[in-house]
Amino acid sequence: MQAEEKFTEMTWPASPEKATLEAKNKFLGFWFFLGGETVLFGSLFATYLALKDKVPDSSHPLAKDLFEMPLTFLATMFLLVSSLTSVYAMYHMKNYSFQRMQAWLLITVFLGACFLGLEVYEFRNYVHEGHTFTSSAFGSAFYALVGFHGGHVAFGLLWILSLMLRNAGRGLNLYNAPKFYVASLYWHFIDVVWVFIFTVVYLMGMVG
Amino acid sequence: MENTRQTSANPRIDLKYRRKKNAEEMRYQIISFALMIFLTLIAFGAVYYEGFSHWFVVPFIMLLAAIQVVFQLFYFMHMSHKGHETPALFLFSGLTVALITILTFLTITWI
Repeated sequence: MQAEEKFTEMTWPASPEKATLEAKNKFLGFWFFLGGETVLFGSLFATYLALKDKVPDSSHPLAKDLFEMPLTFLATMFLLVSSLTSVYAMYHMKNYSFQRMQAWLLITVFLGACFLGLEVYEFRNYVHEGHTFTSSAFGSAFYALVGFHGGHVAFGLLWILSLMLRNAGRGLNLYNAPKFYVASLYWHFIDVVWVFIFTVVYLMGMVG
Repeated sequence: MENTRQTSANPRIDLKYRRKKNAEEMRYQIISFALMIFLTLIAFGAVYYEGFSHWFVVPFIMLLAAIQVVFQLFYFMHMSHKGHETPALFLFSGLTVALITILTFLTITWI
């Protein structure tokens, strides 16, 4: 079974993401990277929790004054649903239906872009309220954490889009199936981080 | 080789079986997605209600987040499947370091 071999529905292996040695290495290497990402976000969360609401004087807004529930809720729904749509994409990848996989990936990218748009809008509002990266320790910690996550979303969008475009004329094979799979793992990981961001930063910020 | 075994002597039956397996897995994914949405709604609801004390809401929503992440990791990212022992080692090692860092920053930082 070679990476560039042409497959049919019948010959497509049950676990295409781990069918070749390269795929197995990619799979393990990517999980190693995710372990490192956990440490990265762990330290950003630690910094945020230590510096939350640490502002120089009372003219600066605190978490309680800034965060709004409807916006956070909408962003959460966009990202959660995009996680499900990428699961659908991988379902079709395993069934060797390339067009359906591409369609679901496109929906995932669209939802991710909506999330990013909301985040830009949110940051713009905060800057108008005097909450910027350099305004306070709280501001720096907040933008470092949430901004890093937003950067991951932006990178994920570019990654998935490039995979879709690069392989549009090729169809599925054992060379690109692991790539799609790993990109979907990354997308889920972004959602995992967001679950903690909406809980620790936004909801706990609203509670006070 | 593990991967050549899948092309069985009767590929049509094999395909049917695999399709069924995949559809079954997809059903579990949808159930875990529904539960994730449900947990999110409870977390937002608990904060929106404002009647609960701070000391209850914070641990409660943290617990909901942890449960939701377990669904993400074990179902959406397939950590419940076999062959994920090393990924689990990587992820949980990372998580240990992350949690110790958070504990440190929360306890020894003062401004």
